[in-house]
Amino acid sequence: MADTSQHDTQWSSARAVANVSRRHRSELILKGLGLGAISIAFLMLFLLLSSLVSTGWQAFTQTHVRMEFTISPERVHADNPAGGNYRAVVQDAMVAALPGLPEADARKMAAILSNSAQFTLRDRVVARPGLIGSTITLKVPASDPYDQLNKGLIDRETPEANRRLKDPEIGAFDQLVAEGRITKPINWALITNADSRFPELAGLRGALVGSFYALLTCFLLSFPLGIGAAIYLEEFAPKNRMSDIIEININNLAAVPSVVFGLLALAVFLNMFGLPRSAPFVGGMTLALMTLPTIIIATRAALKAVPPSIREAALGLGASRQQVVFQHVLPLAMPGILTGTIIGLAQALGETAPLLLIGMNAFITAAPSTPFDAATALPTQIFIWADSPERGFVSRTSAAILVLLGFLVLMNAIAIFLRNKFERRW
Amino acid sequence: MTGIAFLILFLAAVLGFVLNRRAAYAIRDGGARLHSLGGFHGAYSLLLVLLPGFVFLILWLILQGPVINRMVMAGLPDGTLTDLGSGAIQLINAEISSLAKGQVFGTPEPWKLEAAERMVQIKAYARWIMVGVLAVLVTAGLIFARSTVAAEFRARQRVERIVLGLMIFCSVVAIMTTIGIVLSLVFESIRFFDMVPITEFLFGTNWEPQIPMRADQVAGAGAFGWLPVMLGTLVITVIAMAIATPIGLYSAIYLNEFASPRVRSVAKPMLELLAGIPTVVYGFFAVLTVAPALRSGAADIGLSISPNTALAAGGVMAVMLIPFISSFTDDALSAVPRSLRDGSLALGATRGETMMKVLFPAAIPGIVGGILLAVSRAIGETMIVVMAAGIIATLTINPLDSVTTVTVQIVTLLIGDTSFDNPKTLAAFALGLMLFIVTLCINILALRIVRKYREIYD
Repeated sequence: MADTSQHDTQWSSARAVANVSRRHRSELILKGLGLGAISIAFLMLFLLLSSLVSTGWQAFTQTHVRMEFTISPERVHADNPAGGNYRAVVQDAMVAALPGLPEADARKMAAILSNSAQFTLRDRVVARPGLIGSTITLKVPASDPYDQLNKGLIDRETPEANRRLKDPEIGAFDQLVAEGRITKPINWALITNADSRFPELAGLRGALVGSFYALLTCFLLSFPLGIGAAIYLEEFAPKNRMSDIIEININNLAAVPSVVFGLLALAVFLNMFGLPRSAPFVGGMTLALMTLPTIIIATRAALKAVPPSIREAALGLGASRQQVVFQHVLPLAMPGILTGTIIGLAQALGETAPLLLIGMNAFITAAPSTPFDAATALPTQIFIWADSPERGFVSRTSAAILVLLGFLVLMNAIAIFLRNKFERRW
Repeated sequence: MTGIAFLILFLAAVLGFVLNRRAAYAIRDGGARLHSLGGFHGAYSLLLVLLPGFVFLILWLILQGPVINRMVMAGLPDGTLTDLGSGAIQLINAEISSLAKGQVFGTPEPWKLEAAERMVQIKAYARWIMVGVLAVLVTAGLIFARSTVAAEFRARQRVERIVLGLMIFCSVVAIMTTIGIVLSLVFESIRFFDMVPITEFLFGTNWEPQIPMRADQVAGAGAFGWLPVMLGTLVITVIAMAIATPIGLYSAIYLNEFASPRVRSVAKPMLELLAGIPTVVYGFFAVLTVAPALRSGAADIGLSISPNTALAAGGVMAVMLIPFISSFTDDALSAVPRSLRDGSLALGATRGETMMKVLFPAAIPGIVGGILLAVSRAIGETMIVVMAAGIIATLTINPLDSVTTVTVQIVTLLIGDTSFDNPKTLAAFALGLMLFIVTLCINILALRIVRKYREIYD
């Protein structure tokens, strides 16, 4: 008996060594599993970002074609510049640019240019009727298939029958390239244009303005309401059943699925109050209801973090409880409150489902001028573009996502900056 | 005009503040001892002017549209609206409103033009009345507040009582939101269950909400049995949790116990980055990358799977849930007192043994709570499944099939024009009610577990 116990404590014995190495092995396995798990998470993040960047970066440039348009008086009559045959003007320009082709074929190649070319021309001539009879040089966007071709997204090796562009079309485009008419500048239209059915013209302006109005409404409503509620619950509410219920309720509200908030907005704001559909104002109100619990919880945590000594000192000097809160506690808690608010707003910026239900996914080609006009928001614009069949919208969607993620990173960076700069430890 | 009204209100409030504070200081300078600081006298006037005016303006703006519409419709020539359904009346109303805005399509009947003209007129009157009433309210507030200024006046107590009332109102908004959610869901669901028996909804195995456009149309009578939809939700949730739970747990264990502080300080924010990505982005990722990859992978081993698989949607949803689970687990592990950990290590246990046999069991309630919250998120998640899962409800548990979920059905039923008198629209509210009840139960349970556990070591 004594012998075996001595044997067991013998750390150099074969059994003990085996035991230790078995334990170390299981330790290694656990460590490996953990490392594996975290690598999978990072791999996913990497895949997500790289697939977005690899499809999206192309949308930040846009193929343009430089063309000389002759506004001949036969096509555009001086007495009615708006009613001129600008389609023919564009076709004439293409015939002139492709001298090697028969005229009928060259006319068809006007499809290389975006549909917007004729409208741009019309607007110019209507603004300055004196242009009739002269020749103007313009850089106009190429239409989506040729844009894809120029970016190398259409494989020239695939059999002609399976390709979107046939050999003569590619030939004509190559001829334009050879003449140096094709440029690929940065696609400012992605930011300055509103939505369009044509990928080469579609931009994010409407969505950006809509998102801005919605977020502004959301902030103006949820920030004062959230702080007011948090101060009351943290500093003034009696600790009874009622305040307990409110607290549980707020925690639950933070975990209610977002689509349910959309249902609420649809039934109450649109159906009962008759507020306008698709308006950023209504979207902002819906998002405010969602953001409210986040702000309340963050504000309460920030208020709780202010040490009691501050309160006691102020109370001791004769301040009333509200003076203590508004003049001492709240200013000290403000960085924490702002951090929580920014993070809540960042969530609201990316929220899609409730906006879909109140109709902010409508196809709208003009940026809203007030918060009460119909509009889209960034995430709903992404949803619309992701559903579009045109190839060009795939890269636009990725680009829009990159813009959205850019804003989110910016907001989070501001929140982290605020936290680091003003964080105090007592 | 609305902007001007708000400007008037704002300026009057500032004026009231300045006037009253100055009056209070004049009293003090006269030698009397003020009960409250001058600022409180000013704030009292500010609140007395601002609050009634603000409430009035908001109520007016909400009520103005419906009231004017009713007045215009009531003023139409007798007999124009008899024998018309509510839809037709709404159409006429919309036409008159757009005429009043100056948008003329075709040649409208003269009585419509007349009504539109009347509407423009009433609206113009309404604006003047609004500003007039506001001016009266504001002036009355100013005069009354000014009359209260006195050395003994307890302005601070008055102001603080109003401010307290405002703060209580703020907290009530959160409760009102919940009540609003419950009431709107319940009322619309009751209307739905008037048209479709509740037993069919709960136990029906067929979900085909197509509704005939005409009464006599043959094809497409709707069927509203939510079982396939619920089963689809379950399948996707199970897939997402089956992937996310082990990865989330092991990442948290690694970060909490094995990672060096430097690795941890980089890895944790990066995991949180995953949590901050909008779900519409995950949905696009599923459609753009994951689904095609799954399909070509399946084709390589000779399987043919549908383009919208539950696996793609659930897998991408798992990525979204990983940071959620891991940060909950990390918090729960960190909340276990150091003494337990140090004791175990001192007895010669390895770090792994300490983790698996001491810390993890102690943290289990918190971790379970976190996982339950993740389940409720997975059930309520909308955009990923809207983009990556199908819309046809099939009764299947095969993860390679296309399934649909509650949230997908809500969104597809409500996108586009919605009218509140057909079962197709109302079905979405019934689904929303079920979703709310299910997630609410899970949330309450989860919050309870988390809370109870946290109290143990406090």
